Amino acid sequence: MASEPVLSIRNLVKRFGGLVAVNDVSLDVFPGEVVALLGDNGAGKSTLIKCVSGVHSPTGGHIIFEGEEVHFSRPIEARDHGIETIYQDLALANNLDVPGNVFLGREVEKSYLGGLLRPLDNKFMLAQTASALASLHAEIPSLEVPIESLSGGQRQAVAIARAVYWQARLMIMDEPTNNLGVPEQHKVLDLIRALRDRGVPVILISHTLPEVFAVSDRLVVMHRGRKVTEKKVGDTNSEEIVQYMVGALDDTRTPAPVA
Amino acid sequence: MDQQVTQPVTKAGFSAPKTRTAGDRLILSLIHVWAWVFLAALILAFVVSVPLVSGSSVSFFTVRNSQNILVAITPILLLGLGQTFVIISGGIDLSVGWVMSWASVLSALALREAYNAGLPLPLAVAVGFGAAVVGGGMVGLFNGVIIAKLKVPPFIVTLGTSFIVRGMALLFSENTTVIGLPRGVRDYGNEALMYFVRGEGGGFYFLDKPELTGEMLRRMDRIITYPVLLTALVVAVAIFVLRRTKFGRHTYAIGGNREAAIRAGVPVERHIIMLYVMSAATAGIAGFLSMLRFTAGSAVIGDPLLLSSIAAVIIGGVSLFGGSGSVVGTIIGSLIIAVLTTGLVMLNVPSFYQFIVVGAVVILAVLIDQSRGIIKDRIETR
Repeated sequence: MASEPVLSIRNLVKRFGGLVAVNDVSLDVFPGEVVALLGDNGAGKSTLIKCVSGVHSPTGGHIIFEGEEVHFSRPIEARDHGIETIYQDLALANNLDVPGNVFLGREVEKSYLGGLLRPLDNKFMLAQTASALASLHAEIPSLEVPIESLSGGQRQAVAIARAVYWQARLMIMDEPTNNLGVPEQHKVLDLIRALRDRGVPVILISHTLPEVFAVSDRLVVMHRGRKVTEKKVGDTNSEEIVQYMVGALDDTRTPAPVA
Repeated sequence: MDQQVTQPVTKAGFSAPKTRTAGDRLILSLIHVWAWVFLAALILAFVVSVPLVSGSSVSFFTVRNSQNILVAITPILLLGLGQTFVIISGGIDLSVGWVMSWASVLSALALREAYNAGLPLPLAVAVGFGAAVVGGGMVGLFNGVIIAKLKVPPFIVTLGTSFIVRGMALLFSENTTVIGLPRGVRDYGNEALMYFVRGEGGGFYFLDKPELTGEMLRRMDRIITYPVLLTALVVAVAIFVLRRTKFGRHTYAIGGNREAAIRAGVPVERHIIMLYVMSAATAGIAGFLSMLRFTAGSAVIGDPLLLSSIAAVIIGGVSLFGGSGSVVGTIIGSLIIAVLTTGLVMLNVPSFYQFIVVGAVVILAVLIDQSRGIIKDRIETR
């Protein structure tokens, strides 16, 4: 594992009025690893992630991305740095086809008559989309149909292909297998592994422990806004993780109480 | 009907491709092109029924009648063009009818003043065109800024501006028709690129009428009048922009998922403002052309056309929920309305029946669009 973390979160605090949603959390993410972020509802996972992706501004602490401290006030600023977030609702336009979504907002144009006529270069965008999907080993029957006719897993593949094509340097995925059938879940986990193999680190938020153990390198558990433990996947098991998730175990408390 | 519908390219992927029978494919393609089929059936029905009802000397399918239909659809089509873009983006523009009136009045006043100030007629006509487009576009800018920046629903904003513009049109025209335009204006609005005399041949001409007299002049048909020509140019640009450019792509994206477009970095607010400016500017062109055609500015010319233009857009398959539709669809929709009304007139059907028929077609169009998804699902899941 490379020594320099891609993302370093230091003592991050986020308050909403009197509520402390994220309390003094520190976390490192290294190149080519999948870090799972676990915790019960309201543990602060999503708030922490939204601070990194530019949706929320942290109340305190530091976010260091690729060696530089960053302050994002809007999601687009995080994206410009290469931090791609795949939300549960995917943020795709269902009426556009696959290349239309992959290149949305960054369309490639041809130029005729000295720039007077600038039609879209659909052929180029289609070819690039096909190769981005191929590099993820994701196959979609027809790329030139509105993506509303695709399955949930295929749409995840489109969202991931978009991030990969635009050189994401950190991928955040919030419950990517929600609302998917079992074969589709496996496909999405394959996509996550394909991302890791390309050296793109992934922060994965999930409630599904078997899937977390299947795909992650490290597990971070949050409880009531605090990070209660951080374990390598080989050093723990789902029973122990559940104890952390419900607050029965807590590494920040000494001595740990007996469950 | 072409039965060889191309199979989608299938690879081993997430799900196995569904097999479809030839009959299924025929049904699926029919519900996609039903508007074309309906238009063709309408024309056929009138070609057969008009001579039967009105005497064998009267024919629906003539050069003159086809030109009349083209002239009749230009304003509906122009109002519908901008509306097509706006509705695809998930909005609506109720102000285009009165914007057309306002532009008609404004361009008549501008043309008259320019001509009286000594400008040659072609330049004065150009001034009138500029006044119509800029005057219309300003209303669109007002609509767009309030809708995009202040987040007021488009229905309400454009309803409000349509009253405001109505007031302005009546105010500027002093509640009467703006007349006193130079006589030559009439030629710009009514002369054509080509002429044709049955049995005598035809040819091109430019503003100066061909050397025809008496009986022959009466029999002369004007093919592609200048308003039709200008409308065709605007339509061609609109088709290109919507189908082939980034602007068109973004229009669909905003209508499909506005939030996704924002997150993808599409300049959504600016885009929406431009859509309403475009819509009002094309309505302005419609006003300018009606001014040329009638050699007068009228503050009441556009209002009755608003609902027809929206009907044309809907018949053409643009979803009021945004995200889908095409300019070609709107052309078909406009043609259906024009063919219907012209044909019914030739059958001596009283004009109020036309409204009833057009209304029924609008509802039918939406029903067909809705059933499309259901039929598709049924075929794919059996």
